[in-house]
Amino acid sequence: MLIFATATFAIVTASPLVWMVSASLKEPGEIFNSGLIPQHPTIDNFRYVFTQLPFVRYMMNTFFVAGTITVVALLFHSMAGFAFARLQFPGRETIFLTIFSTFLVSLQVIIVPLFILVQKMGMVNTYAGLILPVTFNAFGIFLLRQFYLGIPIDLQEAAIIDGASYWAVYWNIMLPLSRPILSALAVFFFLVNWNAFLWPLTITNDQNLWLVQLAIASFQGQYSAAWNYIMAASVVVAVPTLVLFFVFQRQLVESIKTSGIK
Amino acid sequence: MQQAGRVFWTRSRKETLAAWLFIFPDCIGLLVFVAIPMVLALSLGFFSVDGFGGYRFVGLANYNRMLRDPLFMKSLGVTVVYVLCLVPGLYISGLGLGLLVRQRIPLIGLWRSLFFMPYVVSLVVVALIWKVMLIDKVGFINRILELIGLRGRSWLGDPNLSLGAVLVVTIWFLMGYYMIIFLSGLQDIPREYYEAARIDGASSWKMFTQITLPLLRPTSFFVVLVSTVSAVSGSQAFDLIYVMTNGGPANSTSLVIFYIYQQAFKFNSYGYAAAMASVVVVVLLGMSVVLFALTRGGRFHLQ
Repeated sequence: MLIFATATFAIVTASPLVWMVSASLKEPGEIFNSGLIPQHPTIDNFRYVFTQLPFVRYMMNTFFVAGTITVVALLFHSMAGFAFARLQFPGRETIFLTIFSTFLVSLQVIIVPLFILVQKMGMVNTYAGLILPVTFNAFGIFLLRQFYLGIPIDLQEAAIIDGASYWAVYWNIMLPLSRPILSALAVFFFLVNWNAFLWPLTITNDQNLWLVQLAIASFQGQYSAAWNYIMAASVVVAVPTLVLFFVFQRQLVESIKTSGIK
Repeated sequence: MQQAGRVFWTRSRKETLAAWLFIFPDCIGLLVFVAIPMVLALSLGFFSVDGFGGYRFVGLANYNRMLRDPLFMKSLGVTVVYVLCLVPGLYISGLGLGLLVRQRIPLIGLWRSLFFMPYVVSLVVVALIWKVMLIDKVGFINRILELIGLRGRSWLGDPNLSLGAVLVVTIWFLMGYYMIIFLSGLQDIPREYYEAARIDGASSWKMFTQITLPLLRPTSFFVVLVSTVSAVSGSQAFDLIYVMTNGGPANSTSLVIFYIYQQAFKFNSYGYAAAMASVVVVVLLGMSVVLFALTRGGRFHLQ
């Protein structure tokens, strides 16, 4: 009985996403009239989305921005995590606690002063403005420090006795060992940044710099009742995230689980 | 001279320098893009910023305006209702799903994935899908309701129903995430406790209340804290509202964080928006302090 309930509930949960795909394949007249299976399936909506708007450009923009943020964030966070976990220096705990206290600060809360600051720095409508302000977050530092705390210290000691520099220890020993957590975080960061909306909305109004979420949200304004086009565009934007999900599901779940262990 | 140099760079000094270099990028980044805006957020509220970037000190004028602003008060009310409904909603659905997906039944991996799938897709896509599905009369949801004999309603057009609709969509989106959190907490409970209880003849309900719930306290604390903070200031509080309802109809879904954005970027009242944001920060801090105090620092001693 519970089996049936679980399965039904799971299918019901996923059904809006299925509906989106089905609507994207329907002709305008059919969207509200037929059930889940389109009677005259068409890919015209997708054709429209890719020809009427520079959608490929938007996707490349987003891929570039999300990818850069992911790589830069992981590099800096693993460096910092390594230092906090494995190096001794005065003020280490205080600084870490200070960083930890920024957890409470979400983008939504500092959006106004952050915008003004970034504007003064001349980064409005630039890739730098899209990337830098959202790369720094205590979350990654915290998780990586936790991970490095778990690595046996002998590996590091042995290398240092052999005369290795701290950078060599980090680059040649710590980094390769942290592949599991780095891949989990990479998937997570990329996903979050592919789906980002508020910051791109705030910092760009140049259509050449549009990221995909911004594009489909504006799409809605222009084509307000053309739901077939809007759904097709949404499918295009959602597909990379769903692919990431199916391929890297384990890593995604891992990063969420480890973030719960405070 | 060589000797003096070598004596200065002791092992610990070298280590300190290396450490500083390692943490330098993140520290600078956090300082510039998080800490400084935080400080500015608190001080900007005392200024009035005009459209050309000019600043004028206005003391408590923005705060006075807040107290007299019916729309701000309305947004506070909407936010309170939203938080009070969302936190328990997410707790129950997260825990429920967590328990549900622990069963050893066929295809449980598939069901687990399906519950988590909404979270993977962006809030903009979520907003667009539901906006279409909830359309008056011809939308998918209303047509299904009519099929089973219930009356369809204007879910996003009726100010009395819109916040409820937003809450349902939000829970649909987030429940997979909290399912994972609870799953992780549930898996930490040693199986022996349940086995011992079963030998003693305890009922499922008793096992739930005497074993599961108490041992889930750290997880529960985490869930309540995180869901409360994100209910007030999380991205779903903004993105979903902006795309799905734009605060309407009649400001019935105008959450505080959305109203702040509107004031800043639609009406160019940056100082006023910053003042309101600082109020939100203070409230969040207060809530966190209360939560920590109530649970004695979030530390749980497990027998």
